[in-house]
Amino acid sequence: MGLAKRIIPCLDVDNGRVVKGVQFVDIRDAGDPVEVAKRYNEQGADEITFLDIRATHDNRDTMEHLVEAVASQVFIPLTVGGGIRTVEDVRRMLNAGADKVGINSAAVANPEFVREATEKFGSQCIVVAIDAKCVSAEGEPKRWEIFTHGGRKPTGIDAIEWAKKMVDFGAGELLLTSMDKDGTKSGFDLELTRAVSDAVTVPVIASGGVGKLQDLTDGVKIGRADAVLAASIFHFGEHTVEEAKRQMASQGIEVRL
Amino acid sequence: MQHIAVIDYGMGNLRSVSKALETVSNGVPVEVTSDPERILSASHVVFPGQGAIRSCLAEVQRLGLTDVIRQVAAEKPFLGICIGMQLLMTHSDENGGVDGLNLFAGHVHHFDMNAAPHLKVPHMGWNQVHQTISHPLWKNIELDSRFYFVHSYYVKPNDDKVIAATTEYPAKFTSALYKDNIFAVQFHPEKSHHAGLQLLKNFVNWDGQP
Repeated sequence: MGLAKRIIPCLDVDNGRVVKGVQFVDIRDAGDPVEVAKRYNEQGADEITFLDIRATHDNRDTMEHLVEAVASQVFIPLTVGGGIRTVEDVRRMLNAGADKVGINSAAVANPEFVREATEKFGSQCIVVAIDAKCVSAEGEPKRWEIFTHGGRKPTGIDAIEWAKKMVDFGAGELLLTSMDKDGTKSGFDLELTRAVSDAVTVPVIASGGVGKLQDLTDGVKIGRADAVLAASIFHFGEHTVEEAKRQMASQGIEVRL
Repeated sequence: MQHIAVIDYGMGNLRSVSKALETVSNGVPVEVTSDPERILSASHVVFPGQGAIRSCLAEVQRLGLTDVIRQVAAEKPFLGICIGMQLLMTHSDENGGVDGLNLFAGHVHHFDMNAAPHLKVPHMGWNQVHQTISHPLWKNIELDSRFYFVHSYYVKPNDDKVIAATTEYPAKFTSALYKDNIFAVQFHPEKSHHAGLQLLKNFVNWDGQP
């Protein structure tokens, strides 16, 4: 027995409410973040991630208060991402009660920011979020590039090389989202997940595409993810975190039950 | 009324520690403070910490807290968490080598990356804590309960008699230490849901006798 694989429900937050966009378009309201976080905590979630999908200045203040409210009631690790651009943004979120802060576009714009943040606050609280899309033609060996701004902006940077570089710069964990799979409910991009997980020495969270419980198990067993992140299968009551863990445990994955 | 002091030296998220303590303290006030007076007058002292050990130690020294910590660690129920545990050791290999407070003889080492294929460091997530002694802080906590860890270095005391728990990643390492009125844990009880809150509750109710 040893370290458990983690299940992390992700709450996309806009204007103080949990929302979930299907491929970032169709937004449905899924409730009050504090209530949703408490529910997941009771179901046995290993961590909770909040993603500020608007990432405007006003929204960041809302996020800060939201993190404070959740952190005073839910005693499991909390990660906050979306619009984190400066050391001051990181500090504010950590002081509000976040344990980890996710950095995405700002890392692409200025990789040194990741180094600066990890030197200041420690690698353990800096998660680099990577949005990757497959760019190889059919028949070619698989190749992924990173995209920013919610998957809209290509960067021309190879995803595997980028993952390694971010670890060199101090990232303590990677949150890897397949932009091809996100919102499709057809499962993780397992090849991408495995390629990144095998290339780095820090934990990798697989994200994007979970539609059924088996997808989570596959992410760990085939994709070699250390943690799996999902939103919609939990938000709308299709499955509980506990059901997901039991399913994983039944296939030999060590989980916290 | 006496209070519980959480030593604030500007490193890491102390809000979670204080909120979790407040949840279990039965109304006893919890103060996050770097004021030596408030630390010395507390009934219980928590020494948390996260980040790089060299900066942690530098801040403790800059705030003039080294002797204060030594003093409370000699006489009050004292709980070290994560870096707050590692700083109690003689020496850490982190940041090119840093001398700690030497309240426990022993060293702090990095996980051996070659111990297993694809070993991920930091050791991050919920792992089992195997209690090796009976202690008031383990009261009502099941053997091998899972607690939340996030660290790349672990403590190795010279004397096995101070070990209160071990954890495997993949080799066995010391995840809790004790000596007289001191208890120290590598995991984060403030982030470990029921088991973590129970440990904090046990600490708040502890008279400092092992």
